Order: sequence, then C-alpha cells, then structure tokens
Amino acid sequence: MSTDPESRGTKGDILLEMRDIEIDGFSDERWHDIIKGVDLTLRRGEVMGLIGESGAGKSTLGKAAMGFAQPGCRIKGGTINFDGIDLRAASESQKRGLWGSRIAYVAQSAAASFNPAHRLIEQTVEATVGHDIQTEAEAKADARELYASLQLPDPDTIGDRYPHQVSGGQLQRIMTAMAMSPRPDLIIFDEPTTALDVTTQVEVLVAMRDIVDRFNTAAIYITHDLAVVAQMADFIKVLRYGEEVEQAETRKMLAEPEQDYTKSLWSVRALEKPEVKGNDIVLSIDGVDAAYGNSVKVLHDVSINIPRGRTVAVVGESGSGKSTTARVITGLLPQLKGDIVFNGEVLPKVLKDRNKDQLRRIQMIYQMADTAMNPRQTVAEIIGRPLDFYHGMTGAKRDNRIVELLEMIELDESFMDRLPSELSGGQKQRICIARALAAEPDIIICDEVTSALDQIVQEGILRLLLRLQKEFNITYLFITHDIAVVQAISDEIVVMFQGEVVEQGLKSEILSPPHPDYTQLLLSSVPEMDPDWLDRLVAERAEA
Amino acid sequence: MTTPNDISTQAEGYSAAAEVGMARQRRTRLQRMWISLKKAPFSAWFGMVIIALYAFVAILAPFLAPYGEAQVFSTPFAPWTLFGEGQHFFGTDQIGRDVLSRLIYGARNTIGIALATTLISFLIGGGLGLVAAINRSWLDQILSRAVDVLMAIPSLIFALMLLAIFGSTVLNLIIIIAVIDSTRVFRLTRSVAVNVVVMDYVEAARLRGEGLGWVMRREILPNIMPPLVAEFGLRFSFVFLAIAALSFLGVGIQPPTADWGSMVRDNASLIQFAQYDITAALTPLLPASAIALLTVAVNFVVDWFLHKTSGLRDEH
Repeated sequence: MSTDPESRGTKGDILLEMRDIEIDGFSDERWHDIIKGVDLTLRRGEVMGLIGESGAGKSTLGKAAMGFAQPGCRIKGGTINFDGIDLRAASESQKRGLWGSRIAYVAQSAAASFNPAHRLIEQTVEATVGHDIQTEAEAKADARELYASLQLPDPDTIGDRYPHQVSGGQLQRIMTAMAMSPRPDLIIFDEPTTALDVTTQVEVLVAMRDIVDRFNTAAIYITHDLAVVAQMADFIKVLRYGEEVEQAETRKMLAEPEQDYTKSLWSVRALEKPEVKGNDIVLSIDGVDAAYGNSVKVLHDVSINIPRGRTVAVVGESGSGKSTTARVITGLLPQLKGDIVFNGEVLPKVLKDRNKDQLRRIQMIYQMADTAMNPRQTVAEIIGRPLDFYHGMTGAKRDNRIVELLEMIELDESFMDRLPSELSGGQKQRICIARALAAEPDIIICDEVTSALDQIVQEGILRLLLRLQKEFNITYLFITHDIAVVQAISDEIVVMFQGEVVEQGLKSEILSPPHPDYTQLLLSSVPEMDPDWLDRLVAERAEA
Repeated sequence: MTTPNDISTQAEGYSAAAEVGMARQRRTRLQRMWISLKKAPFSAWFGMVIIALYAFVAILAPFLAPYGEAQVFSTPFAPWTLFGEGQHFFGTDQIGRDVLSRLIYGARNTIGIALATTLISFLIGGGLGLVAAINRSWLDQILSRAVDVLMAIPSLIFALMLLAIFGSTVLNLIIIIAVIDSTRVFRLTRSVAVNVVVMDYVEAARLRGEGLGWVMRREILPNIMPPLVAEFGLRFSFVFLAIAALSFLGVGIQPPTADWGSMVRDNASLIQFAQYDITAALTPLLPASAIALLTVAVNFVVDWFLHKTSGLRDEH
C-alpha cells in the first residue's frame, strides 16, 4: 500500500452517505427509538463534529457509520453507503475486512482500550498487519513515524513500553496512531479527549488535527464539548433525542446558531458569578504536608483560607493534589504536618477522632454521582439517613423534611422511592447535593461535581449550588479543572501544581495577567469558542 | 437567552425533574420478581418445583410418613408392595424399618442439618470476609492466611479427623463442616466486598461517622447479595453431599436417626440381589437419587440466578 494521500481518492468526493437512519435500543423489556431518521453525508478530507447531550444518540450514530450496532441495539431502517459499499447489506466478514483497515475507531478511554499485556507498538500495528496491508516490519517503521508526527517523546522506543508506562494523553495519541496505521479513509473519534486534562487535551487535539489533515482522512468527531469541536470540525451537526437539530459550517454555527436548543448549548459558558470578598474564615489549611503510605509526598506545605459563605475553587491538572487536599480536610488521609482549623478550633487529624458535630459540618459531593449513592437504597433512604443520624428525625417529620429537601433541589415527592438507577445523571447529582444539605453543613467540598455532566445539566447544577449558597450561606470548596465552571461559581481561586499552591486570590486577580508560568499554561489551554483558538495558541507557543 | 449574572433562571423549558431518567415505568419489587420469574427457563422452574416439594415433605414429615422414623417391623428386607394391600411401599430395611418412612424423615434430617450448616458457615465466613474487606490491614492478613492454611487441608479428611477427635454428634457435625466450609465463603465475600468497599458511597458513609455494623449491613451487604445467594445454593449442595458422604462412611448422622447417606450404606448389599428382585436392588438407589435430584434442582436454580445477576445481555 502507498502512503500517498492522492491514491485514496480526491478531496471532496462523497465517502460516507447515510440516509434516514433509524436505530432501536432494547431496554425495559421493549424496543424503543434511539435514532429517528438522521441523514449524514461526509466527504473525503472533511471532519464532521457530532454534538449533543448524553443520550442524544451521537455514539450510536457514530458506530452506525461503521455499520455496527452495539449489543442491545439494531439498525432498523435507512441506508449506509461507504465508498460504494452498502454496509447494511454487507456480511459480517466483509465488515470485519473494512473495520481496522478502511474505517477506524478511537474510543473515549484509551486506558480501557489497550491490552495491558502487550507492548504498545504490537497493538498499534495489529490491525494493519492482520489485514495484510503492510508487513510487520514496514508497519512498525511507519508506526514510529506516526509517533513522531504525533509529538510523542522518544518515538523510536515508546512503542516498546506497556500501556501503564505512558501517561493518559500519550496513550490517547498512541491510540490515534493505531487508528491511522492502516491509513483508513474514515476515523470515528468518540469523545477522545473528554477524560484528559486541559493541558494534555491541547497536545492531543493538535496531533489529531494535523494527522487527519496530512492524510486527507475523513473523520467524525463526537463530543459534548463545543469549544473542542470548534477547533476540529469543518461542519457541525447537533443531535437531540435521536433527531438532527441543525447542521451548519462551524464558523456559521458558532456565530449564528438557528435553533433555540443550539443557542442554549452556547449560553452555558456565559454564566458568571460576581465575586465577593469574604473575611470571616470558616476553614483554614495551614502548612499541610501529606503522603500516601511511605511513598513520595503529594502535598507540600499547602495553605488555603476559605471564607464563610463564599466559593473557593481549587484548579489544577490531575495529580496536582486537589483531591488529596479534600481527603486531608475530611480526615480520610491524616496529614503529616500542619493543621486544619475549622470554626476556630483545630480538627483532629484522623476521621474517627472527630465528633459527630464536626463531621456534620463538613460534607462532600463527589464527581461520580453513580458511585456516590448506594444503588440498593431509595432516594428517601439516601437523603433520610443524615436526617436520622445527625438530627434524630424519624417518621413523618423525616418524610416532610425529605420532601422539603427535594423541593430545594427542584425535584418533587415522586422521586422518594426511586432507586439511583432510575435517575438521570443530573438528577443523581442533585440527590447527592440534597444528602449534603440534609446534614446542614457549614462547608461542602465539591470534587469535580459537574465534570461528568452535559453542558445544560451542568448549568442547572451550578445555578442550584449558587442559589443554595445565597439562601443558606453555605461555603463551597470547589475542586475542578474546568475554567468555565470556575468563572461561573467561584469568588476565590487556588491554583495547584504538583502538590503545591501556586497562587491564591480573588477570581479577578487570578484570571487577569500577569500570571505565574503554570497558571498561564493552564488558562491558555482552556478551549475557547473560537475556531481559530487552537491555531493561535500553537503559533503563540511556538514563538515562546 | 439568559443574562450572565442572573443565577435564578435557566434556559426556558428546562426542568430538572423532567430530565430523562433510566426508568420509564416504575414497578414494585414484587412485580419485578414476578416478571423475572415468568421469564425463567424451564430448568429453573423444574428446580424450584423440586425444591418446594422437598421442603414440603421435610416440613410435614410426621404427617406424610406412614410409620415412625425408627419403628421396627418383624420382616427385614420385606419386598416392595407398590400395589394392593402392602404395608411397606418401598419394603423394609435390614432390621425391618419402613424405607418410605425413613426416606421422608431423612429429608427432614439431612436437609435440616445441611441448611443449618450452610447458614452457620455463611454467618462465620461472610461476617469475617466483610470485616477483612473493610479493615484491609493486619486483621485481613491474619484472617486470609488462616483461611489459606485451612483450605490447604483436604476438607473430607480434615472433617473425618475432627469428627474422630470430638465425636460424631449432630452438633459437632454441623459446627465442623460449617467451619471448614466457611473458608470458601470467606474468600468469596472478601473478594466481592473489596470492590464495593472502595465505592464513594461507602466513603460517604464513613465520612458521615457511621459505625462498622451499619457500613457492613446497609452499605455493602445489599450490593454483594447476588453472588452470595448463588454461592449459598452451591455451598448447600456441597454440604449436603459432604454430610451424606460422612454418614455413608459411618461418622456422620448416627442411627437410629434416618438420613439418606447412611440409608445408602445400610442397604448397599441389596444391589447384589438384582437378579432375583429388581426392586430390592433399587432400594439403596432411592436415597441416592433423592440426594442427586435435590442437588441438580438446586444447581438449576443457582444457574438461572447467576445468569440473571451476571449482567450479561441476552441476544435479541
């Protein structure tokens, strides 16, 4: 096979044409529609962005572009024409011939997609060699070139490592190399950067865009992050409830979205809380060091002051010690040195030495609402337990309070005997908020509470948290890596890097220049809703 | 469109309560059970019916049995009298006791003892397994290594040895087999519980200040029930077989208590008479097949239950 892009047809030819696609999914003992008659046309060399909230059917549609329906789904109607081949009529073995050679798929979690027992380069070339596109030696040489063009460190030897020996961002790029190795005509990227830090995301985005450009590959880029899709796609298709809302060229879509739904997607990033300085310190972390086991320290001399009734956002990439700080405050990880001062008294280091009142006053909300609630307990049991445990409420009194709490989080009585599996992602997070509220805490630690949610749902949760803060004068310690969320909710910001506090100050001070180097890198890496942002950033960084 | 600083309103038409959850229809636990029962395969139904029958016979033994458990009649090895005036449906055994009555009482003894043993082994193994999973420090190490040592000894020989030391009373039998079997339960409970212990909701419960008892009973146990229930079925079968085997060897349930294992041994010699009277030869096979049938039935139900809770989708 030749690596000459010209040999794979000319740019602008129609590569994939899907007409009136209908897909059914099976759950609750019956079939129901997931995709309700969507059309899709993709030309060679084009990148299409597919956006929508979760459950909109974007992944299902993306997979259908390969002629694939995941277990529990079936393609009910429509035609899928890939370069003259009818994928709906194609046999399984015909499709297997295409998959991994002419159509490639890049999954959201690279870590879960690699086999931990094989070297990376073996996995990179597996499909290419398996489909007899190249010999193993050729494919490996080519893979090393791909590694180099994806800006991976040590491209000649990185392939000899195992998946656990490289970082998440590197793994995601190696997965892109794996997809590119057979020089496919079409790549489907399914949320490939969602699990990455902003700083890593930039590198992966640049690498993916360049390589798609270089080989004249068509791509479908699935994401719920508008700013990301703005950098990648030539045109954008918005999906909702399995139907197309609108489709337009990227610049046009960003400048003047037509549908209300699309506009509402855009509005999320406009939420911004006016900052208020606070002087009454409710919790202060004073020169804390912490480590897991006997290994290296994860926190070095961390000092943070949290004023009452305000939101302090802790930002930083993963591994910067944000969550560890939360664990020290809650007493799950006793600090080696330093003090946590809460309401004027020093908190005992270990969880079990703290009294019930101290425990009640510090509550926590988790990133994954799914795992933060016992799947076997109903909403009433989940919210009711702190009422009973801390306030001794029982019977009708407790039930009334549960209903009150449900109303505070904009849900109603009908949710009382639902199980967590019967709630949507946003509703689950709301129940977790209600559970924290039930304890009537002084401070709530929010650990990435919105990062697993869609934009619109995220906005709802943020508004709820702000309203509750206003009503009950609650303090938030808000851990996040999303600067848009920080803008929306915080009064003060703490920037952390490698277990140390880089900066702490009011939002306006931190977000305006001059910045320390790391803050600069972090802030500039946050994607903006501007199709030229990535180009500009790359140019700026190249100069520096 | 919303204005940036307005935090009280959101995009029009948005309502948290209207977000699409997973369930489109809410059913009570009873309805859900009925639905899965209706979808159960034939083998599971067969198993459940057999188990129900055994339970019925075991509970109502004194009313169902034509004679007493150890009532001795004048003719040992009386032939089967299936039809007609016969006094002994399946004949009598080597000292003239009615085989049918002993089979019926045997159900009560053997199943009762096996059930008690399994329950105790789950209490010991499950409890310690949970504690080990939550504790994860020196206690976990001590318990796990102790279990390794116990499991290294072949269980039947170990049971024989202990019974020889302590004497074969029913109580000793139950305790010894329960302890030996609890090692398997311990391992299973610990291994499934460690996956649940790391969940955020368990951490949330600990942060709330909940005690060990609550965390074990309310947070972890309900989430590891399916594999434990399946294991309970399997363990019951094994305990049942172990007791029958020990009784067959003469150190299990002691005469005159009727039990299926010793009934096989007592009448084993009748097999030689197959050429004269085929029914006589079948007599020792009756308790044996009672054991086999129950074991198969329990396994059918367990298989179905495991398949249901494994989370694997059926192909449509």
